[in-house]
Amino acid sequence: MNTEKNIKTLIVKKPLKLDCGKTIKDFPIAYETYGSLNSKKDNAILVFHALTGDQFVTGINPVTNKEGWWSYAVGPDKAIDTNKYFVICSNVIGGCMGSYGPSHKDPYQKIFGTNFPVITINDMVNAQYNLLDHFGIDKLFSITGGSMGGMQVLQFISNFPDKSKTVIPIATTSSHSAQNIAFNELGRQAITADSNWKDGNYTSNETNPGKGLAVARMAAHITYLSKKGLQEKFGRKLQEREDLKFGFDADFQIESYLRYQGSVFVDRFDANSYLYITRAMDYFDLAKQFNGNLSEAFINTNAKFFIISFTSDWLYPTQENKDIVIALNSIGADVGFVEIESDKGHDSFLLDVPDFLSALKNFLDKSYEEN
Amino acid sequence: MKNEFQVIADLIEKDKKVLDVGCADGTLMKFLKDNKNINIRGLEISKEKVQECIAKGLTVIEGNAEKDLKQFPDKSFDYVVLSQTLQAFLNPELVLDELLRVGKKAIVTIPNFGYWKVRFHLLFKGTMPITKTLPDEWYNTPNLHMCTIKDFFHFVKSKDIKIFKSLALNNINKSTINQSNLGIKNLFADLGIFLIEK
Repeated sequence: MNTEKNIKTLIVKKPLKLDCGKTIKDFPIAYETYGSLNSKKDNAILVFHALTGDQFVTGINPVTNKEGWWSYAVGPDKAIDTNKYFVICSNVIGGCMGSYGPSHKDPYQKIFGTNFPVITINDMVNAQYNLLDHFGIDKLFSITGGSMGGMQVLQFISNFPDKSKTVIPIATTSSHSAQNIAFNELGRQAITADSNWKDGNYTSNETNPGKGLAVARMAAHITYLSKKGLQEKFGRKLQEREDLKFGFDADFQIESYLRYQGSVFVDRFDANSYLYITRAMDYFDLAKQFNGNLSEAFINTNAKFFIISFTSDWLYPTQENKDIVIALNSIGADVGFVEIESDKGHDSFLLDVPDFLSALKNFLDKSYEEN
Repeated sequence: MKNEFQVIADLIEKDKKVLDVGCADGTLMKFLKDNKNINIRGLEISKEKVQECIAKGLTVIEGNAEKDLKQFPDKSFDYVVLSQTLQAFLNPELVLDELLRVGKKAIVTIPNFGYWKVRFHLLFKGTMPITKTLPDEWYNTPNLHMCTIKDFFHFVKSKDIKIFKSLALNNINKSTINQSNLGIKNLFADLGIFLIEK
C-alpha cells in the first residue's frame, strides 16, 4: 500500500496535540505540488482531499498509475490553473499514502493498527498547516476541497482565519448527519466483520480484510451517485449474458460495476485508514466547537467564501451547504453560493461538470485579478 | 447601461454596503462596484444568471427572495435594491417588509401599469399591454401583481414607510413625484423609482 517511491514527505518536528488528548511529533506528512510558487508567494492554493483521496490531485498518480482524483479540475488551463497557481495537497494524517497513519510503525517498530490515536478533521488541518511554514507562505490565495475536503476547508479557515484570501467548500457539511454516520458505520462494520481484520492487526499476519473493505467501498459508492444517474447508466441491463441465471453471480451490470469498484479499491487503500478517516468525518461538528453557533466559527475571518453544491447530491445535500451560507450571512461575511445542476450525485465535484468547473475557474481567476 | 441603473447609482453614496435582490446578470452590481467602490452582494434565483455574475467577479448568492432574505440580519446593508421585480413575487408585501428590515434604506423600482401607453393599449386594442418595460405576453409574463406608480405611492404611505425620494422616469427624463403631481406622473412615466425607509 505504502509505496515509498515518488512520495514527498515533510517530517513535522513540532509536537501536535490531538483532540483525543495524545500528542504526536516527528511525524510524516506526504504531499505533492503542481505549478510553481511565484516570487510574492501569493498564488498558493491548498487543496484538501476527500475520504479516499490522496495528495496526487492530478496527472498520473505514481503509486496507482491512474489519473489523479481531481484531474478534471486541476491542471494547466483547467479550473484550478496550474500555469497560474501553485497547488499543494497532502495526504491526511490517518491516511495511507505516506502520511502518519495506522499502517505506520510505533516507536517499538510494531505497526500501529488500531493503536494509532483516533484523529479528527481538526487534527488533520492542524497537521497540514505545517506545509505553509515549509513553503514560507504567509497567506494562501485559496483553500478548497469537496466532501471531507470541504470539512477541512471550513475547519482550516476557522482555525487560521487570516491564512487564506478565498475559501471554497464544495459539496460538504458543517456537521455530519445521522445518515452520514449511519453509512460510515455500515462500512466500518463490513471491515471489522471480515475475519481477516483481526482487531486491526492484520498486517502482522500478511492478510488483509479485503472483502470487508470492498463491501464498505461498494456501499459508500452508492451514496456518491444519484438514483437517476444509476438508472441512466445501468438500468436493469444484464452483465454479458442474455438472460437471468437464477443464481447469485453478478447478473446485472450494476452488480458487476460495484464489485469492480470494491476490488480495485482494496488494492490502493488500507482498511484501518478507512476506519480512522470515516471516524474523523463522523466526529466533525463545527458548530459544536462553538457552542452550537456555526457563525462563531467564522467571526474572525475576512476571507471571501464561495460555496458550491449539486442538485442531485443526497449525501451532502444543498440545504447542508446552504446552512453554511446562512451562518456566514448572519455575520455579514463575504459569501457567494451556487447550486450546480447535475445528475451525477455527490461525485459531481470529481467529474466533468462544465457549469461547476467554469464557476470554480471564474471565481478563482476573478478573485486573483483583484489581488 | 440602462438609464434606470444610472438613477439608482445616483441615489447611493460611495463606499456603502448594498444588496441587489434579483440581481440578474449583475449589470447594475458591476456598475456600482466599478464606479462607486460599493461593497455589493446579489441574490438571484436563475442558475444561468448566477453563473454570469460569477463570470463578472461578483459575489452572488443563488436563492429566492421570498424565502432567502430572512437569513440576513436586521439593517445589515446600507441599501437594498429591488429593480422591477416586486410585481413578480407571490407576496410582494412580505418581500417589501423584508427589504426594509434587511436594509437601512431600500430602492424599489416598478414598471408603471398606469403609463399612458399601457392604458391606451388596453383601451384601444383590448389586449394585455406590451411595452418596453412590460415585454411579455399575458401567458408567459413573470408578473403576478402589477401596480401603478399611484398604487405603490399609496401603498407605502399606508404602511407608514418613509419616502425619501420618488422619481418618475420616462426614457431619459427624470422628475420628482409628489402628492400634487402624482396623477400626471402616473400617466407619463413608464418607471417609478422609490427610495424608502422604515
